[in-house]
Amino acid sequence: MLRRASGLLARPILAARARPFSTDLPAAQTADATFVEAWKKVIPNMDPPKTPLSFMQPRPPTPSSIPSKLTVNFVLPYASELATKEVDMVIVPATTGQMGVLPGHVATIAELKPGVLSVHEGNEVTKYFISSGFAFIHANSLADIIAVEAVPLDQIDASLVQKGIAEFTQKLSSATTDLEKAEAQIGIDVHSALNSALTG
Amino acid sequence: MAMAALRREGKRFAPLISPRPITAVGSSPLAPTHEDEGPIGVRYISTQVVRNRMKSVKNIQKITKAMKMVAASKLRAIQTKAEDSRGLWQPFTALLGDTPSVDVKKNVIVTVSSDKGLCGGINSTSVKISKALHKLNSGPENETKYVVLGEKAKAQMVRDSKKDIELIITELQKNPLSYTQVSVLADDILKNVEFDALRIVFNKFHSVVSFLPTVSTVLSPEIVEREAEAGGKLSELDSYEIEGGETKGEILQNLAEFQFSCVMFNAVLENACSEQGARMSAMDSSSRNAGDMLDRLTLTYNRTRQASITTELIEIISGASALEG
Repeated sequence: MLRRASGLLARPILAARARPFSTDLPAAQTADATFVEAWKKVIPNMDPPKTPLSFMQPRPPTPSSIPSKLTVNFVLPYASELATKEVDMVIVPATTGQMGVLPGHVATIAELKPGVLSVHEGNEVTKYFISSGFAFIHANSLADIIAVEAVPLDQIDASLVQKGIAEFTQKLSSATTDLEKAEAQIGIDVHSALNSALTG
Repeated sequence: MAMAALRREGKRFAPLISPRPITAVGSSPLAPTHEDEGPIGVRYISTQVVRNRMKSVKNIQKITKAMKMVAASKLRAIQTKAEDSRGLWQPFTALLGDTPSVDVKKNVIVTVSSDKGLCGGINSTSVKISKALHKLNSGPENETKYVVLGEKAKAQMVRDSKKDIELIITELQKNPLSYTQVSVLADDILKNVEFDALRIVFNKFHSVVSFLPTVSTVLSPEIVEREAEAGGKLSELDSYEIEGGETKGEILQNLAEFQFSCVMFNAVLENACSEQGARMSAMDSSSRNAGDMLDRLTLTYNRTRQASITTELIEIISGASALEG
C-alpha cells in the first residue's frame, strides 16, 4: 500500500510534464522515434523510458557565417565551471601541444593532457590547471571541454609542487614493477606540468 | 422495579448476548484475540489491548518520521551533487548522439539500484525497465547480459534471470559517491564484460515525488566507427578532426571509456537522489498512515472506556434503586 503511494503522488506531476507548454521548442528531437516504436511493439503495457536526448539542452545549428564569439562549456564531475559562456578564445592543452580555439574552428576531438587551460575574454584571461580530459569543438563554434579535475592556477602552492616532483622522482628510481614505474611517471608528468604552468 | 426485573432477566441472557463487548468495535484487524481478554463471562472491558496497540503504532510513527528526516537531509546533500553532475554527460550526447535503438550483438544492461529498501518503487521500476530492454534486444543472434548494481535489484534479478547476470556490484553508497570511486567501478565493468552497447538503466531525479526511468546508451568504439561509416545519427562524427593519439581507434576507445565513466557517475548520483526522494515521500505517507491509525485507535479506546464507565454507573444506580424499591 505504501509503495503505491509514491507512485500515485508522482502520477499527476508526470502527466503535467507530458503536456508541452506553448512556449516550448518544437518537440522534434526529444526522443528516438524508432526506439519508442520498437518498445511499444514489444512491451505495450509500459511507457518507454526516457533517453538522455530528452534532457539535453538544445544545441544551436551551424550558422552560415562565423560568429564573433566562441561558446564554451567547461564541465567537471562536480561542477559546471563555464556553462554556454561566450568568450573570444580558449587555449587547451591537447596531447599534441597547446591548441588555440577561435570561433569558426574546424570540428575537432582532442584528447587533453595535464596542463593549463586559458580562457580569453576581452582583456581578461582566466587560467585553469586541468588534469586530463577531452575537448570537443563543434562546427557551430561551440566548444565542450570535459576535465576530471581543474583548479584556477592561482590556487596552486608552488612549494608543494616542488615537493611532489622530488617525491615522485624518488619513487621512480625505487620502482620495481611496471605498474609502480607508470604511476611514478604519471606523478612526475603532472607535477612538472604544474611546475611549468606556474613558472611559465 | 422494572430495572431490577430487567437485571435479573439480563443475568440469564448475559452469556447469550455478548460476553465480549470489545469485539463489537473490533471488526478491524485490531480485534483482540481470545486470550488477551481474560476468562469468558467476566464482566469487564479490556482496554489493555488497545493501549498496547496504540503504543506500538506510536513507535512506528516515530521511526518513520525519523527516517523521513534522515532522508530529507541526505537528499539535500546529494541533490546539489546530482545537479552539478548534469553537465558532464551532455557533451558526449552532443558528440556521439543518443542511440537507444542501435542494433548490436552484445548488449549489456547496467541496472542501477539502491542497497536499502523502503524507498517506494524505484528499484522495481529499474528492474522492470531492464527486463523489458532485455526482451527488446534479445533475438536469435543477439546476446543480452545484465550488470547489476545494488542489493535490491540483485534480489529481484537473481530470482528469474540468474543465468544472464554477468556481474553484481553492491555496497556502492557505503562512502559518499565520488567520481574516483565511480570510475574505478566503471573500469571494473569495462574489464569484466564484453559489450557492443552498454545500456544504463537508472531513475533520473525530477522532483521529490517523481523520478523518470531513463536509459543511457554507451557504444563500444568499434560500433561507434561502424555507425559513423554507415551514416545516420553518427554520420557527423566523421567530419571531426582528431587530435592526439596514434590512431582514431585509440582515441575512440579512450573516449568511450571516459564517456561510460561520466555517464555512470551521473546515473549513480541521479539514482541515489531519486532513492532519497522516494524514501522521503514513502516515509511521509507512512507516518501519515500511522497517524490516521492512531486516531482511530484513540477513538476506539475512548469509546470502550466510556462504555465501561457507563456500565459501572448503571450498575451502581440500579443497585441503589433496588435497595430503595
